[in-house]
Amino acid sequence: MAMTETRAIEGRSIEGRGPWRLAWERLRRDRVALGAAVVIVVIVVLALAAPLIADWFGHGPAQQFRKEGTTEFGLPVGPSGEFWFGTDNLGRDLLVRTLYGARVSLLVGVAATLCATVIGVVVGMTAGYFGGKVDSVLSRAMDVVLSMPYLLLALVLVAVFGPSLPLTIFVIAFFTWASIARVVRGQTLSAREREYVEAARSLGASDRRIMFVDILPNIVAPVIVLATVLIPLAIVFESVLSFLGLGIVPPTPSWGSMLSEAIAFYRVAWWYLIAPGGALLLTTLAFNLLGDGVRDALDPRAERLFATRRNRRRRSLRRRSGGGR
Amino acid sequence: MLRFVLRRAAYGLLVLWLVTTTVFLLVFAGSSNPAATLAGRQATAAQVELVRERLGLADPLYEQYFRFLGGLLHGDLGFSFYSNQPVAEYILTLLPRTASLVLGAAVLWLAVGLVVGVFSATHPRGLLDRAATGFVLVGLSMPTFLVGLLLLYFLFFRLNTEFGIDLFPPPGYASIEEAGVGEWARHLILPWITLAFVQQAIYVRLTRSSMLEVLGEDYIRTARAKGLAEGRVVYRHGLRAGMTPVLSQFGVDIGQLMGGVLVTETVFGLQGMGQAAVSAVTTGDLPVIMGVVIVISLFIVVANLVVDVLYGVVDPRVRVS
Amino acid sequence: MTEDVLLRLTDVVKHFPIRRGVFFRKEVARVHAVDGVSLDVRRGETLGLVGETGCGKSTLARCITGLHPVTSGEIRFDGEPVDGLDRARTLAFRRQVQMVFQDPYGSLNPRRRVGSIIGDPFVIHGIADGPERRRRVQELMELVGLNPEHYNRFPAEFSGGQRQRIGVARAIALRPKLIVCDEPVAALDVSIQAQIINLLQDLQAELGLTYVFIAHDLSVVRHVSDRVAVMYLGKVAECGATERLYDTPRHPYTNALLSAATVADPDVSARRERLVLAGDVPSPVRPPSGCRFHPRCPKADETCVAQEPPLEPKFGDAAEHTAACHHPVADDEVLVGSGDAAKEVPRWR
Repeated sequence: MAMTETRAIEGRSIEGRGPWRLAWERLRRDRVALGAAVVIVVIVVLALAAPLIADWFGHGPAQQFRKEGTTEFGLPVGPSGEFWFGTDNLGRDLLVRTLYGARVSLLVGVAATLCATVIGVVVGMTAGYFGGKVDSVLSRAMDVVLSMPYLLLALVLVAVFGPSLPLTIFVIAFFTWASIARVVRGQTLSAREREYVEAARSLGASDRRIMFVDILPNIVAPVIVLATVLIPLAIVFESVLSFLGLGIVPPTPSWGSMLSEAIAFYRVAWWYLIAPGGALLLTTLAFNLLGDGVRDALDPRAERLFATRRNRRRRSLRRRSGGGR
Repeated sequence: MLRFVLRRAAYGLLVLWLVTTTVFLLVFAGSSNPAATLAGRQATAAQVELVRERLGLADPLYEQYFRFLGGLLHGDLGFSFYSNQPVAEYILTLLPRTASLVLGAAVLWLAVGLVVGVFSATHPRGLLDRAATGFVLVGLSMPTFLVGLLLLYFLFFRLNTEFGIDLFPPPGYASIEEAGVGEWARHLILPWITLAFVQQAIYVRLTRSSMLEVLGEDYIRTARAKGLAEGRVVYRHGLRAGMTPVLSQFGVDIGQLMGGVLVTETVFGLQGMGQAAVSAVTTGDLPVIMGVVIVISLFIVVANLVVDVLYGVVDPRVRVS
Repeated sequence: MTEDVLLRLTDVVKHFPIRRGVFFRKEVARVHAVDGVSLDVRRGETLGLVGETGCGKSTLARCITGLHPVTSGEIRFDGEPVDGLDRARTLAFRRQVQMVFQDPYGSLNPRRRVGSIIGDPFVIHGIADGPERRRRVQELMELVGLNPEHYNRFPAEFSGGQRQRIGVARAIALRPKLIVCDEPVAALDVSIQAQIINLLQDLQAELGLTYVFIAHDLSVVRHVSDRVAVMYLGKVAECGATERLYDTPRHPYTNALLSAATVADPDVSARRERLVLAGDVPSPVRPPSGCRFHPRCPKADETCVAQEPPLEPKFGDAAEHTAACHHPVADDEVLVGSGDAAKEVPRWR
């Protein structure tokens, strides 16, 4: 099998087609995941361009347009040429606010997940590699954090320290690192028993070198999958916190807080509900689909709940051409 | 078996202790001026002083801690700043509301999750399977409050105003004593669906994959070969083994469920423990928050213990390890 | 024995504790993996180490290379003790003793490129860097029979035999004195086995290496070894020069092993008298008393149950052919003797 591959590639420079390259190619062929990735890129671009768009319209995110933006009863105005997404009850441009809300959600989602990942990887690898008492202590810590009712403790934290952006990021990261650490610990434990780790040790490699050069590349894949799933969870977490008034402080727009304001007005202003709600749904859906795609690209043997059209077509072709089972 | 139960109970107590101590430390020691924190952000200097005296905040920390623990064991959770009512009493009035929500939703999502999951597993790639799959994906992506809001909008508002269908009432809670079971259930349908919607996604997926794995095992094939009816094979033999991951997931979910509960209560105005806690944050009513957190943690620990014991009953291997 | 001893094991014992309990892990039993082994390995020779699964040969290998600290006993390499060394001396020791592993699929990190894997020793010991390292690695690849242009490939793109060559290249990178080969060909196809064995022998001649060659295939061991040690349940049952041992095995266990070795010619095989051992290998957690082989030995009696036999020459054999048995196999009891040996225990090409 490897032999024919050698002959085919001879002639060109002999570059290895390692596991990363293969995964990348699998991902490229997954149209659903690619679509999701495109959507995410668009959202990111729009979020980054939010100030520009605000300028172009001439509507700031916290600017209230009482005259054009509200009816004579002080109710929001629907989508129009002036306000593409309509306004909220204070006459603020919903389109601009939704875009600014994207900035917050993306920032919190990515930052919190990044922090949680770094902490989780370090703790998980340490626990898995060194074992013994270190592992016992760290595993207990992970178990405790995972069994704590996170939203309740978040309540207390916010009550004591007051809601803010950094606190929100901290809360989300604090309750997420343990799931990453647990996965990393499991992966490290199995990687540790492999012969190539023994080989490295027999060569005289230090523990640190073994962890970073030998074990880390093997655990990166499941960590990436987990992270792509955790980002949308973090975004949702932030929106829940903001919805309850525990997250981002108004007037900074956040999809969650916009939705909580919408409760009072949705009967007369459906756009107030749909704009931030739709944006939230779209973003999390895109991240989840991308996460599924990444997971399948990195581990194609895993049983898939949501088969793509490509796979179904392939399978029916195989069946028609009289394949085995 | 007894040792297993004791071990799990001890662990649960440990978590409970940790949660209460964390809450205590955060509130009483987390800020530089705990009296000011406890008095709320609107308090005047005189009120802060009053709080400090009444709660004995000038005493050394460990004294306060033991007083705190002692109070807990006597069921004393302090007094609400907002209403001056004893917190424990207050929570007791809220309990039936939250319990109605949680129990009803749990029945709903477990039933849906198991039935749809088993059906998907036994008819893979059929129409229902694909529909369920899509539903699962949407369910996993939506935050609970969004589900609630959308349900409220479409099923309550639009139906009522445009079609005059009065099926779903305006948001609020109706207790059984005052309005009868029918009204009580009617007010809770949308909240139940909301809370269950996200959860069922997890359970359908879990049940499906777990059952698929179990149904592929040799002993299932043997049962079929013996001539047992398919229903018996699936439900008596297959489900028993396939249940265990579902059960363990349930244990995990009880803790994570609180988020959904808080949010659902807020959206539908049910005035349960969750909503009380949330409004308490806005008003700075810390004793209420602490009380709710501790009571809910207690229930979570107890529920986890029950699940663990059930798990031990269903899967004997757990008891031995 | 005035010959140059490179590696000397004296009464090496390695036990693995079995612990129970959640918080306070109490030891309830031990696995007696290696239970008192004394061996010498001379410079430039190949010492074969045979035994069934669980006899402790892999554990012994790891003790020799320093991967497991010994429970008691001493290992001396080139006169220097191997245990309790500080970091600098441990590193120096690692340069001298290396290992080739059994599993060509597990012993190479699938996420690293081959050039990086082979170049690891150079980085760890700070010997060569950058283009110099690359040159050296490619040199090694040529030496073991790999195409140096495959420097950037991943292990998954190589066949089993080629991967084993990669493992060998990694082991000889630092020009060690001693290489412990832990069943290096057991996982390979038969035709490939011959290639790898020839490679190992060529390298031995070219680089002046000393081998401890562990295997459970007797014909392979016979082909490569100068001397052979047979292990059973953590102790050495018999040890001696290859041909002597295969001709006149003194320990009943060796006798049985040799008689059970498969033979190509069906007529010879049918004529052969086989000694079938009763029972399974007992657990190393609770080894039998006295001579460990007594539950399965056809010649066992009360002495065997009571007393452990010492490892010494029997029946006037040369001093270096030793066996641990109270009732060693006499010449006429040998099942596969010198006459048949030439035909029956296949020679390796």
